[in-house]
Amino acid sequence: MDMDFVINVLYAMIRTGTPLLIVALGELVCERSGVLNLGQEGMMLVGAVCGFIVALTSGSLFLGVLAAILAGCLMALLFGAVALGLSATQVATGLALTILGTGLSAFVGESFVGQTLQGFKALPIPFLSDIPLLGPLLFNHDVLVYLSFGLFAGVIWFLRSTRAGLMLKAIGETPESATAVGLPVMRVRYLAVLFGGGMAGLAGGYLSLAYTPLWAEGMTAGRGWIALALVVFASWRAERVMFGAYLFGLASILHLIVQGMGVSISSNLLAMLPYVVTILVLVLLSSNKARVRLYAPASLGKPFHRTQ
Amino acid sequence: MAMQLGALVRAASAALLATAISGAALAQDPLKVGFVYIGPTGDAGYTYAHDKGRKYMEEKLGDQVVSTYVENVAEGADSERVIRQLAKSGNELIFTTSFGYMNPTLKVAKQFPKVAFEHATGYKRAANVGTYMGRIYESRYLTGVIAGKMTKSNVVGYVGSFPIPEVVRGINAFTQGLRSVNPGATVKVVWVSSWYDPAKELEAAESLILQGADVISQHTDSAGPIQAAEAKGVYAFGYNSDMSLYGKQAHLSAAVFNWGPLYEAKARAVIDGSWKAEDVWQGLAAGYVDLAPMSDAVPADVQQLVTGLKQQIIDGSLHPFAGPVKNQAGEIIAAEGEVLADKELLSMGYYVEGVEGELPK
Amino acid sequence: MLRVEKRPVESRLMGYLSPVLAAVLTLVSGALLFVLLGQRPLEGLYAFFVMPVSDLYGLSELGVKAAPILLCAMGLAVCYRAKVWNIGAEGQLLFGALTGSWAALQFLETEGAWVLPLVLLAGALGGMFWGLLPALLRTHFNTNEILTTIMLNYIALNMLLYGVHGPLKDPQGYNFPESALFSESTLLPTLLEGTRVHIGVLFALLAVAVVWVLLSRTFVGFQVRVLGLDARAAHYAGFHEKRLVIFVLVLCGGLAGLAGVLEVTGPIGQLVPQVSPGYGYAAIIVAFLGRLHPVGILLASLLMALVYMGGEMVQIELGLPQALTGLFQGMLLLYLLACDFLIHYRIRLGAAVTAPASQGA
Repeated sequence: MDMDFVINVLYAMIRTGTPLLIVALGELVCERSGVLNLGQEGMMLVGAVCGFIVALTSGSLFLGVLAAILAGCLMALLFGAVALGLSATQVATGLALTILGTGLSAFVGESFVGQTLQGFKALPIPFLSDIPLLGPLLFNHDVLVYLSFGLFAGVIWFLRSTRAGLMLKAIGETPESATAVGLPVMRVRYLAVLFGGGMAGLAGGYLSLAYTPLWAEGMTAGRGWIALALVVFASWRAERVMFGAYLFGLASILHLIVQGMGVSISSNLLAMLPYVVTILVLVLLSSNKARVRLYAPASLGKPFHRTQ
Repeated sequence: MAMQLGALVRAASAALLATAISGAALAQDPLKVGFVYIGPTGDAGYTYAHDKGRKYMEEKLGDQVVSTYVENVAEGADSERVIRQLAKSGNELIFTTSFGYMNPTLKVAKQFPKVAFEHATGYKRAANVGTYMGRIYESRYLTGVIAGKMTKSNVVGYVGSFPIPEVVRGINAFTQGLRSVNPGATVKVVWVSSWYDPAKELEAAESLILQGADVISQHTDSAGPIQAAEAKGVYAFGYNSDMSLYGKQAHLSAAVFNWGPLYEAKARAVIDGSWKAEDVWQGLAAGYVDLAPMSDAVPADVQQLVTGLKQQIIDGSLHPFAGPVKNQAGEIIAAEGEVLADKELLSMGYYVEGVEGELPK
Repeated sequence: MLRVEKRPVESRLMGYLSPVLAAVLTLVSGALLFVLLGQRPLEGLYAFFVMPVSDLYGLSELGVKAAPILLCAMGLAVCYRAKVWNIGAEGQLLFGALTGSWAALQFLETEGAWVLPLVLLAGALGGMFWGLLPALLRTHFNTNEILTTIMLNYIALNMLLYGVHGPLKDPQGYNFPESALFSESTLLPTLLEGTRVHIGVLFALLAVAVVWVLLSRTFVGFQVRVLGLDARAAHYAGFHEKRLVIFVLVLCGGLAGLAGVLEVTGPIGQLVPQVSPGYGYAAIIVAFLGRLHPVGILLASLLMALVYMGGEMVQIELGLPQALTGLFQGMLLLYLLACDFLIHYRIRLGAAVTAPASQGA
């Protein structure tokens, strides 16, 4: 019973952490290329609503997921066109994207409120799901959770072991010298932004198609901002993003569980904990000036002016 | 004596006001009715239920009314401007549907003495400001009875938003109903500090299920808890409106608001000149709250029992807070034969016996 | 063929034209949107942009709505001039509202002209403290202020919620999450009988003047600008970067905190959970819209306030959804950011490599 309880808590932790993991991985790749996109929340919402509408009208969840990713990409393209193509301030462009996405998703989704669909169901993997403890914990999820595992591994591999990944990191550090040695700064940044958008869209789709299969305005409830904190918390290392996302998931589950056990703490004070912790992590990471260089992409958020 | 005089003056001014308003409404123009909403009409919850009521009113009164609404109105400085704008645009009856609009409504009402205002969930009134609220706790008592009959683990979960009296009252009424048929059952409460966050509400329900709850109730606005119950194979009750769509197996019933008849009655009253500022706090009897149809999972004898109890509440022979009501420490709040007064219900700040844990302060 | 080339110097003309172009594009897109919604486009635009300010009261409300945005944006502009990317005006505003409300609640029974200044000071100090935190974090621990200020926004919001649900709750308020109404001596005087336009609007205008003088006429302002243009040059010139960072963040915090306390002592009159519907974030947009120039920001804040009010108006007059406000704001800002491209770059027809502009026909 006790072990079961722990496994169940950890299982819930993975599900809670999954949307955060997906959107944070996307933002991480984007930030490693030197682009700070504060439009996560907007992209997630548009992804969630488009995914839901397409899945509901077509009857296919996979088309829904595809639509969610595409919608996120389109929003990201808009960001890219303004912030990269026209070298506008990234911070302002990202915020504008969030405002636009919040309005747009509410606008498009108005007539789909109050409907629901059969969302993604858990799909136990044969044999693997029979492994004691690990089986029920890791191999009894819905497809999108498995996909998040794959994306996690993929992003680590990409950043560590591929030429393109190294190129992306170099561009994030010093776009000027990257240009000097002939790296396609703009193209890489566009792709990174698009990837971030697709992931945000997917995370939104996870919410509206798997986690709580419904559409309601503003249903992401600030998760895009948490993802932003997670990237910092992970000190821009992909392998730590999963840890951070699941830790955040665990913290929010435990916060609910201790309440059920009868412990009464002001939930407002608890709710600020993740943000306090993120600041502390940031302090630990950054206090040594030499070390911080190892972490944050040096050109993060700075517009790159094309020079001819 | 002074009190009586005050009441007399109030009654007289209300009567004067009523004639003034009816005079305005005698013209053939349809009555313009305005609504101020806290959330988007697309929240599928609280605001959605109010908007359904508005549509019901329009349908019932046809071309006698025209209604407009403003959604997502922040409870800070914005609400006063919106309410005022509605009054200025010729709305003669304005519903402000969230607690935070209380003081702004009163301020605007002072400037527009000929407009009738109705504020939901508040406790301050004026000559042209009435208040209204559904006694949703009556429905919650009935869902508690169903829960008491359906639970096997004798642990029932409750997803709460914020520990304000309205929510605490619901938890307590639910618990009273639960323990009336199953004295061994207890209620576990989890607060999510949000009215509306589908994913977090789902997580809260899951955490309750993890701790042995096999029936879930909620005082938050999304269908997240129902979906959690459906996925985990336990039962749940919806809130605001019938949520059976979201969990065909899980959804046992729901405590629902039925604002339509109230909005229709208020609009009619303004049209025929009988409107006056009063406190409407009605429940099952007036039809302002209801119990959604019970699912087939609820055995016939339980359905019969609940239908009978509902009838008793309607005819006044049963009160969810009829004594003995005990608090968590076992102290008697209302003795046998007594009923908690409305005033005490309005400011309820403690759990009754049967709720686990401590009420957050 | 179209070709893009960098201008040798920024175009002053485009600096002025770009907002006009963005506004035109927004209007055209807005008109299309209204057509899409089955409305007559001109009527829609009229309701959105003209009706809200078609009378004195509307204009006064424009001031009320713009004041907090303006104050925050002035502070942010100073930060951004120094390339200190403060996203935290929202948190600084909320914390100022919290400390200001705490002070106001200490003076519920106190009369005297000195009370209000004290309350305002408490709010401004609260905001300054909340601005000091990310400043110290940056100067002592080298943390990125974009990220710390975002985190601090959430912490401030939760502290305010804690206050209003806990220690600052009205003891007579039936446990509802709001403070007692502030006493007369802690409420802002209004400037115009019958409106809500309060002396805070004057503070906001004063802030415009002060920041303008600061940036263009003082040595500190010069240092701030140099720091923003070239941090290394500032270093060689012997400017203390750390002190400047602290100065700009504390200044912004003070202005935002003042905006917060002005909201609670002005149009709201008590502490409520929802003091700001995102003024601090809107101010970021306004700061950029206004090109970080005090006069530009003044105009931009009025435009932003108008968009908010227009969103309310089209709901009331045309029954259109509130989502339009977000769409309009998003479009306006994105168009402007896009049009600003023309300040630094120009688009040429043809493929000529270097064609000096001076060589005319």
